[in-house]
Amino acid sequence: MSILINKDTKVICQGLTGSTGTFHTEHAIAYGTKMTAGVTPGKGGQIWKGGEACKGAELPVYDTVLEAKEKSGADASVIYVPPPFAADSILEAINAEIPLIVAITEGIPVLDMVRVKRALDGSKSVLVGPNCPGVLTPDECKIGIMPGNIFKKGNVGIVSRSGTLTYEAVFQTSQAGLGQSTAVGIGGDPVKGLDFIETLEMFLADEDTHSIIMIGEIGGPAESDAAQFLAENKVKKPTVGFIAGVTAPPGRRMGHAGAIVSGGEDTAEAKIEAMQRAGIAVSPTPAALGETLINLLKG
Amino acid sequence: MNIHEYQAKQLLKQFGAPVAEGAVVMQPEEALKAAQSLPQGVIVVKAQIHAGGRGKGHFKEAKAGDKGGVRIAKSPEEAASEAQKMLGATLVTKQTGEDGKQVNRIYLEAGADIAKEFYLSLLIDRASSRIAFIASTEGGMNIEEVAEATPEKILTMDVDPATGLMPFHTRLLNKALGLSGDSAKQMAKLARTLYTAFTKSDMSMLEINPLVVTGAGDIQVLDAKVSFDGNAAFRHKEYDELRDITEEDPFELEASKFDLSYIKLDGTIGCMVNGAGLAMATMDIIKHYGAEPANFLDVGGSATTEKVTEAFKIITSDPGVKGILVNIFGGIMRCDVIAEGVIVAVKEVGLKVPLVVRLEGTNVDKGKKIINDSDLDVIAADDLDDAARKIVKAVQG
Repeated sequence: MSILINKDTKVICQGLTGSTGTFHTEHAIAYGTKMTAGVTPGKGGQIWKGGEACKGAELPVYDTVLEAKEKSGADASVIYVPPPFAADSILEAINAEIPLIVAITEGIPVLDMVRVKRALDGSKSVLVGPNCPGVLTPDECKIGIMPGNIFKKGNVGIVSRSGTLTYEAVFQTSQAGLGQSTAVGIGGDPVKGLDFIETLEMFLADEDTHSIIMIGEIGGPAESDAAQFLAENKVKKPTVGFIAGVTAPPGRRMGHAGAIVSGGEDTAEAKIEAMQRAGIAVSPTPAALGETLINLLKG
Repeated sequence: MNIHEYQAKQLLKQFGAPVAEGAVVMQPEEALKAAQSLPQGVIVVKAQIHAGGRGKGHFKEAKAGDKGGVRIAKSPEEAASEAQKMLGATLVTKQTGEDGKQVNRIYLEAGADIAKEFYLSLLIDRASSRIAFIASTEGGMNIEEVAEATPEKILTMDVDPATGLMPFHTRLLNKALGLSGDSAKQMAKLARTLYTAFTKSDMSMLEINPLVVTGAGDIQVLDAKVSFDGNAAFRHKEYDELRDITEEDPFELEASKFDLSYIKLDGTIGCMVNGAGLAMATMDIIKHYGAEPANFLDVGGSATTEKVTEAFKIITSDPGVKGILVNIFGGIMRCDVIAEGVIVAVKEVGLKVPLVVRLEGTNVDKGKKIINDSDLDVIAADDLDDAARKIVKAVQG
């Protein structure tokens, strides 16, 4: 088992014919992901042909998500559409009742996401992202831009706000021989789809996930809320945490739109404290995630 | 992206908000004419910088006088004189740091007859993923302190984007602020105006502190702070006109031209990293091993040799940098591209301080080979921990 995606997940790509969509679809196919179709308005009827990386694989292109879903039976969509059009693409996927939508696009206006978030209420879709590296279940399915070669099938569930720190956690758990059940990059934007709590719920319910690494950063209440959730939840799994931004000066946005300390409750220190209170083993540095988990599992 | 108070007020006025008459002054000789253009009575003279706490701040230069960055004048002549004193001087406030900020613009505004002061702001509430209004009867004060001391005096209400602002929202607002009659009607209208301005202009924050009720019971915006959502710049050409680049750090401005996210800090170890989270975490691990980072620098997910070279130039132009740590975990980004970029940059810029390079991820072997085959004096690191220890040791000896 795994969460969100597995070997049977059929994926379409919105923005397939652009350079980013093409590049990452080639790599997803090479990884073994069941890519089934692409959507680019105005290019319906064309055949997309991948390059060497995916041995020249071909995919049909449709004008609409609805059509792509009907023809290919897709249960997930990955979005590489540029920021001005990305919210519309997510809304189109929600409208087509795609169960899992993964938005990779960085730089979507936050008020666009406020409307998207509202449209998700009561819908049949789950959104991951935007501004995220995607979701990967080792040896089964890769949606997004994570480098597949650092993964190893195993039992650690990884959830992170930061892309490259996700890779760090994946790499270290692979090195340690633990491997991953699924890694989820939830993205760094202030308004987004899946957050820590929903992802943790899935990991806690997944029998192949034996332990968890959660990586947060400064800004917003999500990590402290998630720590509280874990403290009160009946099901427990060994959990390692890390918060980036101890050295970040207040009031300065650190790259991610979400990474800014504004009040007193969203500093790295406050979040680390909340994690420790909840019984999460906090890694002292981003280089010690694997080691901290190994020590925790040894007891 | 932040704008000045006078720009925020002009913008809100365009949407129909009640703002006093005012005029901006950029040259000393314009001051008197500008002051005379205002209605008779008291004139408020306000230094325009992108930082709060102006009223309680002080100037570094003696010529600017002992008073803070917000002054009351009883005549146009006095207003012009105060404006001239402040123009070009350096204002230090709680938010500017010790260096302060040079005042290049002064806003002159007709004084208001203040009966009551309130706090009102709109922002994106992360918990609800909606626009939220925050209101308090405790105007003119730091809202974080009010939240700490008297949380019951703060109203927070979010607005469903599917309905927009409804009459019940404005009733809640008036109830919380204790307004009735004509003042309440004006407040309801203002709330609708601000909600419209917020959504139409893609603001990320709009703060009115204080919002006042005049002696005659009229509602008026006395101070205004607006931040725009930089992600929405593609649909707002006006952002460019409102941007004041003299308010921005020259290094950060240069970096932004190359789509690099850079923030200067006070330490000795320059960092070049891909990804905001890893960049912050790299700063943290430097600190963990006893040194201080000189900057935050995220080269982003699609760095080219050119971008890496520019990043290198920016880092090395900071005289405080005594060592450089390059930490790249290639996902989309390929390690060989980074390695080539580093080599080109070092050859072009020169290397006077120790350089530690840690590469991992896509094409890592190619990248390491490029670094090792070069004749550069680069310290290779096996992993992040190793890299942090090595650079701290190289800098501290």
